Amino acid sequence: MSNVPLTKDAAEEAAPLAEDLVVLDSVNKHFGALHVLQDINLTIKRGEVVVVIGPSGSGKSTLCRTINRLETIDDGSITIDGDSLPDEGRGLARLRADVGMVFQSFNLFAHKTVLENVMLGPIKVRRQNKDEVQARARKLLDRVGVGSQADKYPAQLSGGQQQRVAIARALAMEPKVMLFDEPTSALDPEMINEVLEVMQQLAREGMTMVVVTHEMGFARSAADRVVFMADGRIVEEATPHQFFDNPRSDRAKDFLSKILKH
Amino acid sequence: MFDFLDLEQYDLFGAFWTTVQLTVFSAIGSLIWGTILAGMRVSPVPIMRSFGTAYVHIFRNTPLTLIIVFCSLGLYQTLGMTMFAEGNVDTIGFRLAVLGFIAYTSTFVCEALRSGINTVPVGQAEAARALGLSFTQVLRIVVLPQAFRSVVAPLANVLIALTKNTTVAAAISVAEAAALMRTMIENEANLIPIALLFAIGFIILTLPTGLLLGWLAKRVAVKR
Repeated sequence: MSNVPLTKDAAEEAAPLAEDLVVLDSVNKHFGALHVLQDINLTIKRGEVVVVIGPSGSGKSTLCRTINRLETIDDGSITIDGDSLPDEGRGLARLRADVGMVFQSFNLFAHKTVLENVMLGPIKVRRQNKDEVQARARKLLDRVGVGSQADKYPAQLSGGQQQRVAIARALAMEPKVMLFDEPTSALDPEMINEVLEVMQQLAREGMTMVVVTHEMGFARSAADRVVFMADGRIVEEATPHQFFDNPRSDRAKDFLSKILKH
Repeated sequence: MFDFLDLEQYDLFGAFWTTVQLTVFSAIGSLIWGTILAGMRVSPVPIMRSFGTAYVHIFRNTPLTLIIVFCSLGLYQTLGMTMFAEGNVDTIGFRLAVLGFIAYTSTFVCEALRSGINTVPVGQAEAARALGLSFTQVLRIVVLPQAFRSVVAPLANVLIALTKNTTVAAAISVAEAAALMRTMIENEANLIPIALLFAIGFIILTLPTGLLLGWLAKRVAVKR
């Protein structure tokens, strides 16, 4: 993979603009009787890479999905770059356009080619010029290493390739922050690395990222901060070094002992 | 066998041509109105959803004959709706029939389409929303194109049913195939050949439609 930045203004993003980009303030959410997010307070600074880990059912995916309101919240507030998240309508759509999202199951549009998938957002949402968008889309696809697949349909690609296209699709919108909801959980083991590599590169370029993952190696090497969730609460927040070598809470110690033993 | 068939006296081709026209106009109208109804039924706006649901349940469960007769007696004779064809009774009848067929057939288009919408993985709609597309854009660009491709075969059924249902227009004296058949049965003694003749006529219309759309269904299917 080339060293050319994945984002246009990566250099500016990396500048010491240490303001808060995503702020979650006392966010609560219930699924029926299940209190899935309990009083979540989380601030993500510009250029920061936050990795959210925790046992399944701890609410980490839900947390990720509330940030662009794919899940509604019961109370509390979420602001992105100073704007609070609107409930519905155009305002919400505009805000979502600034938040890139990558899903566990890729979710590429099955009836459109890879190139069309990447071009769709900039053309339909940003109303940008088609030729420019196409040039940029091809560049992005090259950079995530699937440039030669541009005219194929998603079903013709491997899982790893599809996920890299999904990352390119999100990046085409030039988002302020990227959300990754277990991006490697649906992949065959030998395809995980090709996706993580793209994410590592993004992190190095200073993209603000929220990553829900089970990849502890990625958390260790790419994260600025690790958020450990259990039972709908943020149990521990620390640097990767602190968290993995010296977890404070018993819940985290228990979790790490189970996954790091082998 | 078919020596009773005097084409000077009986405008067989004209009658079937009217059947074809009824079918084509009603099909186009039903497709458009049915798609809008399906959009309403999956929309996030509660009042639209209720309207769509109520409409489908009312019109799907009313006999077609009743709808067509109501169009003629209710809309035209009582309310004086002439469908922009003042004075020309034939045109008024034809347009009223098309209106009735659209009102009825669109409910089946809507329900077929809704089942097609359910075949599109929710994740794709989420991904589209996450890109910042509006509800109508998600529907128009991502969901409906895939939904349509998966319901070509059920829509072919609806179209074939519509073609045959157009015979109900005879009830309000539209000069289509079934009306001519009734006249011929009255004038000629050859009941079975006449029935056979019109049955063949309809098969000629519907069989190629079914085969063509069956082929199309395979061709446009979305690979997952």
